[in-house]
Amino acid sequence: MIGKFVQNEYPLKERLDAGASDLGYNFQAYAQMADLGLIGALFDEEIGGFGGAGFDIATVFTELGKGLVNEPLNDTALASGYILAHTGHLDWVEQIISGKKRVALALIENGADYDWYLPETTAISSGDGWNLTGKKTSVKFAHGADAVIVSAKTNTSDGLSLFLVTGDAPGITQHRFQTVDGGSACDISLADTPSLLLGVEGGSYEIIDATAARCTLALCAEALGIMDSIKTMTVDYLRTRQQFGTVLGKFQALQHRTAQMLLEIEQAKSAVTNAARDLNAPTDERNRAISAAKYSIGRIGCYLAEEAIQLHGGIGMTWEYDLGHFAKRLVMIDHEWGDQDHHLMRYAQS
Amino acid sequence: MDLNFTAADLAFRQEVIEFLEAELPKAIATKVKADIAVTKQDTEFWHATLHKRGWLTYSWPKAFGGTGWDPVQQFIFEEECAAAGAPRILPFGIKMLAPVLMAFGSKGQQDHWLPRMCDGSDWWCQGYSEPGSGSDLASLKTTAVKDGDDYIINGQKTWTTLGQYANMIFCLVRTDGTCKPQAGISFILVDLATPGIDMRPIRTLDGGYEVNEVFFTNVRVPASNLVGEENKGWTYAKYLLAHERNGIANVGISNQKLLRLKRLSLTQRRAGKPLAEDPLFAARMARLEIELRNLETTNLRVLDGFSKGAGPGPESSMLKIIGSELEQNFDDLTRRALGRHAQAHTPEVFEPGYNGPQVAPKNMANQSATYFNKRKVSIYGGSNEIQKNIITKMILEL
Repeated sequence: MIGKFVQNEYPLKERLDAGASDLGYNFQAYAQMADLGLIGALFDEEIGGFGGAGFDIATVFTELGKGLVNEPLNDTALASGYILAHTGHLDWVEQIISGKKRVALALIENGADYDWYLPETTAISSGDGWNLTGKKTSVKFAHGADAVIVSAKTNTSDGLSLFLVTGDAPGITQHRFQTVDGGSACDISLADTPSLLLGVEGGSYEIIDATAARCTLALCAEALGIMDSIKTMTVDYLRTRQQFGTVLGKFQALQHRTAQMLLEIEQAKSAVTNAARDLNAPTDERNRAISAAKYSIGRIGCYLAEEAIQLHGGIGMTWEYDLGHFAKRLVMIDHEWGDQDHHLMRYAQS
Repeated sequence: MDLNFTAADLAFRQEVIEFLEAELPKAIATKVKADIAVTKQDTEFWHATLHKRGWLTYSWPKAFGGTGWDPVQQFIFEEECAAAGAPRILPFGIKMLAPVLMAFGSKGQQDHWLPRMCDGSDWWCQGYSEPGSGSDLASLKTTAVKDGDDYIINGQKTWTTLGQYANMIFCLVRTDGTCKPQAGISFILVDLATPGIDMRPIRTLDGGYEVNEVFFTNVRVPASNLVGEENKGWTYAKYLLAHERNGIANVGISNQKLLRLKRLSLTQRRAGKPLAEDPLFAARMARLEIELRNLETTNLRVLDGFSKGAGPGPESSMLKIIGSELEQNFDDLTRRALGRHAQAHTPEVFEPGYNGPQVAPKNMANQSATYFNKRKVSIYGGSNEIQKNIITKMILEL
C-alpha cells in the first residue's frame, strides 16, 4: 500500500521541487500519508497508533526510501510523537498521528555533531515555565513546524532535559539552509525563549536514547529502500547499455562487482532486521543492534552510492538521471544520528 | 633515480612560491581552495599571468616555446600552484591538443593554433565521447564527409567540459565506416561559430554546470582543419590521452587536501575532543597520507621513466587510477570530518558581499557537492576500468 502510494503519488521531479521550496517538503503528500495511516503505524495502540514495533517502523521507512520520500516523518513525527507520548502529552500525539501538527526535534549543537548528550543550551526556571538560551544546528523540518522539542541542561540539574517550544515563541530565530540531498534544515537560536518542560527535569537521557534508537532504525530502513532502488537502476542499466558490441552486463568484471553489491545489500538487510527485532530489547542489547545496523548501513551505503555511479559512468553524474539523487541521500544518511565510525566505536565499547 | 631535491630544485621552488605570492589574487585562490568553480574571466586572467611569465606552457618542449623543465621541476611547479590555490590550467588546449599538433600537425597548424591558445585567442574544448560511445570510444558515429575543400560533420558529442566558454572544439569523427572502427576515425578542429552547431548544458548531480552536449547538423569545416592524415585519428587520440594523463596523479592537489583535512580535524569535535584524537578518524587520515607519500614517489618514478624513454606510455594509466581514487578519498574523508554539517549545501556564502549566517566552516560550505562532483574523476579521461584494460594489455601483456 505504501509502496503503491509512493510510486503513484510521489514522483521524483515533484519531490525535488518540494525539497527546494520554501517549506522544504510536500505538505499535501504529507497530509495524504497521515490519512493513509503511515504515521499511526509508527506508534503502538496504547498511545493511539496501530503498530509501533521495530518491524512496523522498518517496513514503513523502507518503502519510503524506495521512492526517496523527503517528508517530516523521522526526526519529526516519529521522534516527537514518541517523546510527547512518554511525557504524558497524548493530545499532541493525536494531532501528530493525524498529520495536523508537526513537531521538530532539536538536539545537535555545533561541535557535538553526533553527540546529542552534550548540549550547551541552558534552561532557567522562570516560575511557571523555563527560558531557553542556546544554539541548535541542522534541525530537519523545523521550518513551518508547530513546535520544536529542544534538549538542554537546567541550572539546577546535571542531567538532560527536554522542552517544548512553539514555532512562534519569542526569542527564537531560524536560519534555513539547503541540504545537498535535496531538502533543507535549520539552525535555531534561542534567546531567553519561554518553553514547557517535558517529563522530569534532568531525567531525559533514557527517553532521548530510546528516541535515537527509533530514529536510527527508521533511517537505516530508509537506506535499505534506497539501496534497493539503486540496485534495480544499476542492474537495468547494465542490461541495456551497449558498449563494445554487447550489453555491459556481459562483462565479467562488471558482473562480479554487481554481485558484490547484492551481497552487501543482503548483509545490510540482515543488520536492519536485527535492529528491528531488538528495538524493544533491554537498552544495551538494543543499542548494540542499532549501532551494528547504522555502522553497516553507513559503510555499505557509501560504497553502493559510489559503485553505482561508477558502473553507470557519465550518465550517473547527471541531474536528469534519478540515480544521483538516490546516491546523495544514501551518503547523507551516514551523517545523521551518528556516522559509521561513531557507531563502530559505540559497538566496540559496549 | 635520485629522489632528493637538488639545491637548484629548491631555489626553483622558491622562485615559484614568490611568483605565486605576487601574482595570484586572493579572491581567486579562496574559490579554488573551497572547490568553487572559477569564472571564465578568472581562468583567462590566470592564463595571461602565466603566459607573461612564460609558464603557461611549462609542460611544452623548448622548441615550441615551452620551459624545457625536467619532470621534477614540472612537479614542483604543479605542487606549488596547487598549494597556493591557483586555478588549474585549462588542459584542453595546452595539455591535450598542443602535444597532438606538435607531433602530428602541419607546420601551418602549429604556427597558427599554438600561439592562439597561449595568448587567449582560443578557448578549446573536447569532442570525443558520444551518447553511445563512452568507454567504447572507437564506436563513435559522428561523421565527416568530404565535400570539395570541406568536410561536412553530422552527429552528437557529449560531456564537453566548459564548452559554454569555448570558441573551438577538437573532435574525433568517422571518415570511413567500412573498416575496423579504429581505422576509420579522423581528428579535426572545428570553429564553434560555424552554422549548424548547438551546444546544450548538462546539469550534474551536484547542481553544477560544467559539461555540455554538442549537436552537429551539416557543419561545414575546411579540410585544412584536419590534423595529420585522414583515418589516423585513433592513433592521435591515444597519444593525446596518454599526455592528458601526464600530471593526472594530482599529487599537488591531494597534498593540499591533506593539509586542509588535518587543519579541519583539529577544529571539528567528536565526543568532546578534537576529531584528530579520534582513533578511527586518525587511522583513516594516516592511511590516506601513506597512500599519498607512496603515490608521490610512484609519480616521480613514472615521470623519470618517461623522460628517459619515448615519452608518456601506458604507465600513465597507473597514475590516473591511483591519483583519481586518492583525490576522491580525500574529498570523502573531508566530508566525513564535517559530521552533521556535511549536509549543508550553502555555496551562497562565497558570493561577494554575503554576510549572512554560516552553517559549515566557510571554506567547507560546498564540500559534499565537491565530493559528489569528484566522482567524475574516476569516470572521465578514460574510466578507471578502461585504464585497467590498458594496463592489462600493454604492461601485463595478458
